[in-house]
Amino acid sequence: MILTRIFLALCLFLSAGALSAADGVGPDIPQATGEPHPEGNDYMRRWHMEMLKHDRDLTMYLGIRPTDTSLAECFECHTVRDEAGTPVTVEDERHFCRACHDYAAVKVDCFDCHRSTPVDFDEPSPHAFLTRGPRFRSWGADDPEVLLAYLSQVMTEPN
Amino acid sequence: MAIDRTLYREIPVTNGLWASAAVLMAFLLGAFASFVYVEHHGHIVTGMTNQIVWGMPHVFAIFLIVAASGALNVASIASVFGKMAYKPLSRLSGVLAMALLAGGLAVLVLDLGRPDRLIVQMTHFNFTSIFTWNILLYSGFMGIVAVYLWVQMDRSVDPKWTKPAGLAAFVWRLALTTGTGSIFGWLVARPGYDAAIMAPMFIAMSFAFGLAIFILVLQGLCRLADTPLGQGLITRLTRLLALFVAVVLYFTAVQHLTNLYAQEHAGFEAFILRDGGLYTLLFWWVQVLLGGLLPLALVYGRSAPVTAGLARVVAALVIIGGIAQVYVIVVGGQAYPMQLFPGYEVSSSFLDGEVAAYTPRLPEIALGLGGVALALFATGLGAKILRILPSNLSDHNLPG
Amino acid sequence: MTFRMPNGAKLADKPTRRDFFKSGAAFATMTLAPGVTLMAFGGSAASAVVDAGKRWGLLIDTSKCADDCDACVTACKTENGWEGNGDAERDVQWIRKVTLRNKATGHESSMPVMCQHCESPPCVDVCPTGASFKRDDGIVLVDKHICIGCRYCMMACPFKARSFVHEPVNNQKPHAPRGQGTVEGCTLCVHRVDAGGIPACVESCSATGNGAMLFGDLLDPTSEIAQRLAEFPSVALRPDLDLNPGVRYAEI
Repeated sequence: MILTRIFLALCLFLSAGALSAADGVGPDIPQATGEPHPEGNDYMRRWHMEMLKHDRDLTMYLGIRPTDTSLAECFECHTVRDEAGTPVTVEDERHFCRACHDYAAVKVDCFDCHRSTPVDFDEPSPHAFLTRGPRFRSWGADDPEVLLAYLSQVMTEPN
Repeated sequence: MAIDRTLYREIPVTNGLWASAAVLMAFLLGAFASFVYVEHHGHIVTGMTNQIVWGMPHVFAIFLIVAASGALNVASIASVFGKMAYKPLSRLSGVLAMALLAGGLAVLVLDLGRPDRLIVQMTHFNFTSIFTWNILLYSGFMGIVAVYLWVQMDRSVDPKWTKPAGLAAFVWRLALTTGTGSIFGWLVARPGYDAAIMAPMFIAMSFAFGLAIFILVLQGLCRLADTPLGQGLITRLTRLLALFVAVVLYFTAVQHLTNLYAQEHAGFEAFILRDGGLYTLLFWWVQVLLGGLLPLALVYGRSAPVTAGLARVVAALVIIGGIAQVYVIVVGGQAYPMQLFPGYEVSSSFLDGEVAAYTPRLPEIALGLGGVALALFATGLGAKILRILPSNLSDHNLPG
Repeated sequence: MTFRMPNGAKLADKPTRRDFFKSGAAFATMTLAPGVTLMAFGGSAASAVVDAGKRWGLLIDTSKCADDCDACVTACKTENGWEGNGDAERDVQWIRKVTLRNKATGHESSMPVMCQHCESPPCVDVCPTGASFKRDDGIVLVDKHICIGCRYCMMACPFKARSFVHEPVNNQKPHAPRGQGTVEGCTLCVHRVDAGGIPACVESCSATGNGAMLFGDLLDPTSEIAQRLAEFPSVALRPDLDLNPGVRYAEI
């Protein structure tokens, strides 16, 4: 019994440091720009969902829209860019939210509806569009140039 | 006359059973593939649009759910109304009811725009919505029928509990079907709905559809298990089915006659009864004739007992007529344009004022058929692992 | 406060970042268990922008609405980001131009039709999760976080105001999140209204010079819309249903 407790305590202790990438254990979190959160990273990691939901309900039901706590504001600092300097959307595994959420295997539901990049960025079409059959709009897949450009992008992006 | 005790047996494993399971599994896999496809690409790959928002999946789902409560009827007739001839069929009736409901609900849930949010639905209830009440009624139905089955099948439970359990299940199933009919009956927006008669009509439909499916499933399982099935029992069941078909025709007639009398619904009635193309065809030729008048003629037009083959034909006709009826209600009700302003013709870029077109595509048909397959597969599985099928249903063995 | 929270929780329990700063306890919390500390400081009852004393509405003068003009539709598309694919059946339409033709007299009028923001919305009644809801100031919205995409509200709406999103969406406007599998409709540009502005459609209609659309507070007797409604005849669509919509039409 006591051994079980020691074991569990050890797990808890180790998991507290699980998010540090320096020792190779844990997700590789992209560096953010701008000022750090005053609450501290550990607090944000633990409570960001609660805070988001709270602010979401304020906006949804009471119409309070604080721009400094909007999802869009998050991406002012937490944008990951690819080699060309373009922000990546949540479909790319390098996206900020995916870094931890892929590691923790917790599905992120937000970005079915919310945008996952800064406001001024014009996101490309979702990948699902390109896999539909010929019955539907091909989104350029029947144009050889567009198709080649897409293929070369796919070939060069890291897996 | 010597009556054997009713012995319930699991159906044996035969090649026929494996073959049936394989066919049903194929449909299940097809439905699963269609679900994954629609979930990934969005409902744009289906035939449903912003005008016809509920299509084939909902036709199948509503049909299965309505039939589910009707399938329990056979058990209710025995437990609640004391007709002992149906007692040996009670267990199968309960299992079939649960299986049909599961099949219908599976189709309904998998067609949602966000089926991953089922947990959200189970934790957020809006009690002004009949949908919410239906969810509680459907879940409760599964529980109550499970208790009903347990009371009948567990030897340690006193048989005196069968009647109260049967009564509870009967009342619950009436509430459930009322709720299902009210999904449409309580919609003020569309002239094809907004009618109090929807609820009792759905109850009549449930009697007919449920019993028709029960007859076919009973015959199928007896064939698989090589169980003798007496012609007397078949005749009783089929005659009862014909009675229910007559009641459905009555409610349909009352619904349309009432609508015809109201000038504001004249447009919709003309659409369904005369100008609706496919919907008119389905209504008169399939729902009324094939699913209503023909079964009545086949059963009541003869005094000789009903043969097994005739019972199959009658049951199949009722099912086909029933699916057509649900299609006319669900899709026909949406196809007719809404009158944004009474007395005015409407036109717009959003297809206002036009009869909406609906062409079902493979993904949604596959999903609907998968629900049917799930119901049948679950019933077969239940008959295989539980003792629900009597070993001898020949006429000399019928109690009462 | 009479608003409905989807999970029934009270607002005051949940901490916000603002409360955190105000409490000046930034350092103290690092040494204590997070949940306990913030509960202790409590949350401030944030001042609501939604005012139950207001009821937002539109008045549309169909005699000023030009048959061939769809500035309101274009403005809504640009503002909220719902450009279509040219598929009239499956494209989302928050607002559309409708032509009404009197069957008896033949008189035609054209008008934009969007969510009518009813006082007794059938869509709110039928939504199984409560995602379709009415704010205290009369604006009817979809809480897409709890929408399961059952489309029952689309069946129930007498005005075909709601659309289902049939395919994946991205590049959303930050103030108008929208995604596959949920149902959406006109929000009366609630993000603009909350900031003290007017809907995009009304603004664009004024910009064309037609001025057929008027936005305002129906409950404020000094507002232009209330005065016009009191002085000149106007009707609601589907008047037989007695839903008391916030959108009224004049000169039909």
